[in-house]
Amino acid sequence: MIARVVVTPKPLVNDPQGITVKAGLATLGFKEVSDVRIGKYIEVRLDAASEHEAKQRVEAMCRQLLANHVIEDFRFEIETEASPKR
Amino acid sequence: MKFGVVVFPGTWSDRDCGWVIDQVLGEQLQYLWHKDADLKGCDCVILPGGFAYGDHLRTGAIARFAPVMEKVGEFADRGGLVWGICNGFQILCEAGLLPGALTRNSSLEFRCAWTNLLVERNDLAFTKQCSDREVISVPISHGEGSYFADPATLSRLEQNGQVVFRYCDPAGNVVAGANPNGSLHNIAGIVNKRGNVLGMMPHPERCSEAELGGTDGLKLFRSVAESAMRVLVS
Amino acid sequence: MKVEEIDEKRLREVALTTEEYRVIVEQLKRQPNDVELGMLGVLWSEHCSYKTSKALLRRLPSSGAGVLQGPGENAGAIDVGQGWAAVFKIESHNHPSAIEPYQGAATGVGGIIRDVIAMGARPIALLDSLRFGPLPASSHHFEGVVAGIGGYGNCMGIPTVGGEVFFDDCYAQNPLVNAMCVGLVPVHRLMRARAEGTGNSLLLVGADTGRDGIHGASFASVELDEASSERRPAVQVGNPFLEKCLLEACMDLARTDAVVAIQDLGAAGLTSSVAECAGRVEGAGARIDVSRVPRREKGMTPYHVMLSESQERMLVVVQRGREPEVEAIFRAWDLTSAVIGEVTDDGCLTVVDGRNEVARLPIALLTDGAPLRRLTGVAPAARASLDLDQLPPLVDAGASLLRLLASPNLSSRRGVFRRYDHMVGDSTVIPPGGDAAMLRVKGTRLGIAMTTDGNSRYCHLDPNLGAQLAVAEAARNIVATGARPLAVTDCLNLANPDRPEVYWELEETIAGLAQACRDLELPIVSGNVSLYNDASGSSPIHPTPVVGMIGLIDDYGRRLQAGLHHEGDFVLLVGSSHNDLGGSEYLKVEHDRVAGRPPALDLAREKATHKLMLEAAGADLLRSAHDCAEGGMLVALAECCMLGGVGVRCPALKPEAPVRVDAAFFGESPGRFIVSVASRAMPEMQTLARRHRVEISLIGLAGGDVIEFEGQFRVSIAAMRQAWEGDLI
Repeated sequence: MIARVVVTPKPLVNDPQGITVKAGLATLGFKEVSDVRIGKYIEVRLDAASEHEAKQRVEAMCRQLLANHVIEDFRFEIETEASPKR
Repeated sequence: MKFGVVVFPGTWSDRDCGWVIDQVLGEQLQYLWHKDADLKGCDCVILPGGFAYGDHLRTGAIARFAPVMEKVGEFADRGGLVWGICNGFQILCEAGLLPGALTRNSSLEFRCAWTNLLVERNDLAFTKQCSDREVISVPISHGEGSYFADPATLSRLEQNGQVVFRYCDPAGNVVAGANPNGSLHNIAGIVNKRGNVLGMMPHPERCSEAELGGTDGLKLFRSVAESAMRVLVS
Repeated sequence: MKVEEIDEKRLREVALTTEEYRVIVEQLKRQPNDVELGMLGVLWSEHCSYKTSKALLRRLPSSGAGVLQGPGENAGAIDVGQGWAAVFKIESHNHPSAIEPYQGAATGVGGIIRDVIAMGARPIALLDSLRFGPLPASSHHFEGVVAGIGGYGNCMGIPTVGGEVFFDDCYAQNPLVNAMCVGLVPVHRLMRARAEGTGNSLLLVGADTGRDGIHGASFASVELDEASSERRPAVQVGNPFLEKCLLEACMDLARTDAVVAIQDLGAAGLTSSVAECAGRVEGAGARIDVSRVPRREKGMTPYHVMLSESQERMLVVVQRGREPEVEAIFRAWDLTSAVIGEVTDDGCLTVVDGRNEVARLPIALLTDGAPLRRLTGVAPAARASLDLDQLPPLVDAGASLLRLLASPNLSSRRGVFRRYDHMVGDSTVIPPGGDAAMLRVKGTRLGIAMTTDGNSRYCHLDPNLGAQLAVAEAARNIVATGARPLAVTDCLNLANPDRPEVYWELEETIAGLAQACRDLELPIVSGNVSLYNDASGSSPIHPTPVVGMIGLIDDYGRRLQAGLHHEGDFVLLVGSSHNDLGGSEYLKVEHDRVAGRPPALDLAREKATHKLMLEAAGADLLRSAHDCAEGGMLVALAECCMLGGVGVRCPALKPEAPVRVDAAFFGESPGRFIVSVASRAMPEMQTLARRHRVEISLIGLAGGDVIEFEGQFRVSIAAMRQAWEGDLI
């Protein structure tokens, strides 16, 4: 299975990278952009008996390591891989 | 006073802290390897600066799971002195021993420069040699030193007087122009409620000899060395 | 054997000429297979073989008192006293930085650090000499490179203490990134990378090997063109954390005597490191089993493994039977290591894949077989001349000063060096911002001064003189700190040597370097050559020799810095000024011209001036010292005032004919320093100067918060700082 995890800064947290990128987009002519927030995308391949089990495990991974609850939020999706890699 | 200096893979201020403790102060020094869950009877444990585990994922995120950190947590619970400098401060926050988190500098650049700090607590083991509201000169060297905590936590920190150091101008005014990284409330260092766990972004081990530009850092080391606090074994 | 049988395309892929292929077939008495061809291609590339420059480089002086190791090893080494050796080298990473500035610069830093580690030394400092096209067009290169250097050096905890940044149109498509590393090691622990002891094991440690950077060495040996973007994978991604662990583990190796040698893997990866290591021992060979090399990816062929340029890997020669000791040290730092082969005595590099032999080449053919290229240099058309009589006279020196201070090549570099950790290690006693930086040797009172210097505009106008001037300037920067210059590492950056005028530049640059180093008694103990800096063949860079130099002071407590601090001190100009405006910043900034001859250099006079300075420093006569360089006397004086926070009040500057006023303020005559001296020290200073036959003249008296030349101009320190530092807070 693949878990596709997205970690984003909490709304209250200052995101200087996002601010800079927004300014960069404006310079390029994309003035319709009102906000940019920059996070991380993490792919985790794992073995699990069921999608439910995978969800539980990935949730624990996010809470314990992949996201810092003080400054980050997380969400993820689980996909079953069609043909597992050997 | 026996100082312990924790070494993670990627730490490098350990040798600088060690130099100050051993060569400048002449106190007992013990390096503590991250894999050893043993504090070897140290009275003060320092988590020094560096890029523990390359700062991969987040600064301090992986380091805080090292075997030695469990002992550090227990030691802190018992009232032992724990001192996190730069990366060490980041690790303490990730480990939950201090509230809040350190984020990317607002300039998005790594910054190595001298800063002025207003000392707001001089009653701690770490700061007894400082006078009240003294302005000390200590260099910073980081890319992710901007302190963040949610409004409730921040409010609690201020009310409890847990802010120990704040970035200020040479005259002691806490102004935006003196803030090198965008830290909320110009916070450069905080202590836990009990007063035994200190985290600070600036590097006192880099200003403990006149020939390196200043000796204000030595005041902090001396304060700890002369502290009468000892760990009570329950 | 029909040489025509070889596919032209295949030869191009490995960057070999048909003539070179012919030589290979002749020497092997057969055709090389694919793997062998790939190995020869990278080892015979310009970057690895130095086939174009080797013969010329032999003219550089490399011996002298105190030289422990000259060129030929991973870095050079100098005895600095009290049982310590300083190990240092400068290297370029230009082509990768043009394509991917951050990673190109980062991996360049990583590579030079490993060269120092291979000598058994702990790296203590980094310096970076950088050149870009003008901003803002070259922002992408500039920002990426500065960030990459910081990203790697800061993470490793090695202070970046010096370097330079220059902007010129000729670098717009060919930025230059020259990284220098200095390390320290006790003399008796200095290591060499010699594969000694038949049967000893070859251990590979560090990163897993992947497919990155294959043919990176060849990539650096040709001009960049549109096809280069397809070779994008040739730029590797650095892992400074891994290298930090590698560094500590290698330092721990000193605890065991089981290690015979350490060799870093750089350009051409395993092939070159094994070949070079064995090549240093007469008759030695090596047998490598690629199946034992730890890999990052599946499906790698022996070709991939032998040519991979994956970063952060070292080769260790270990006494047979003692591998477990060494592996244990690496394991403690969570590093993967594997025995991949052994030292033999058949003079060949044999590659096997498990049971099958995949390649077998004579070591000598790999390391020394590339036919040296015999090229002819032809001097280009004369550069624009400068007729001083036609040059408009100076109108307002103060206004010119402010414009110069704000100009891209003279403005403050604080915005750059504050992005580098320059304090880690608690050893930096002179931080960036002045002349040379200086680090102390802990446990002693020794101070090591270090600098990188070069002026490509001078070299464009006269490569021989330009190279000499670079050596002289580096020496002056060292002397200005109170240290005596010891030795040099050089990086030569040039365009395509197949062009006769560029080959001439190479000849002349080396000749100038050789002469200056000989006359100033400075051995060149290591260095690097980077050719083909010429994107699409239409934008060659100016010849750019970069001189890295280290110096020594016996007591760093006596070091000098540039700032004026004491009101009432006499501010003196040491050395003589002439109408040296050719190739100057003043000429470029104020008159938009690059013309004339670079300043004339009298090496004997230069040497005498350095001697005077060191004697005066030794006698405690000097309160501060600063080298006069680009921008001339007035820019140097402005820096002294800004760095110390004290101004200077001077009588009107009325130079003696034929020296013009503009030349007196802004001319770039070499061999000059600005010093401040307590009034009571003046008589002795004058006596010393007379003895050394060096001219000294009074500029003014330190004090106040302006620079004032009576009746000529007055500029406040605040105004100068605004021009020099702009918006930097």
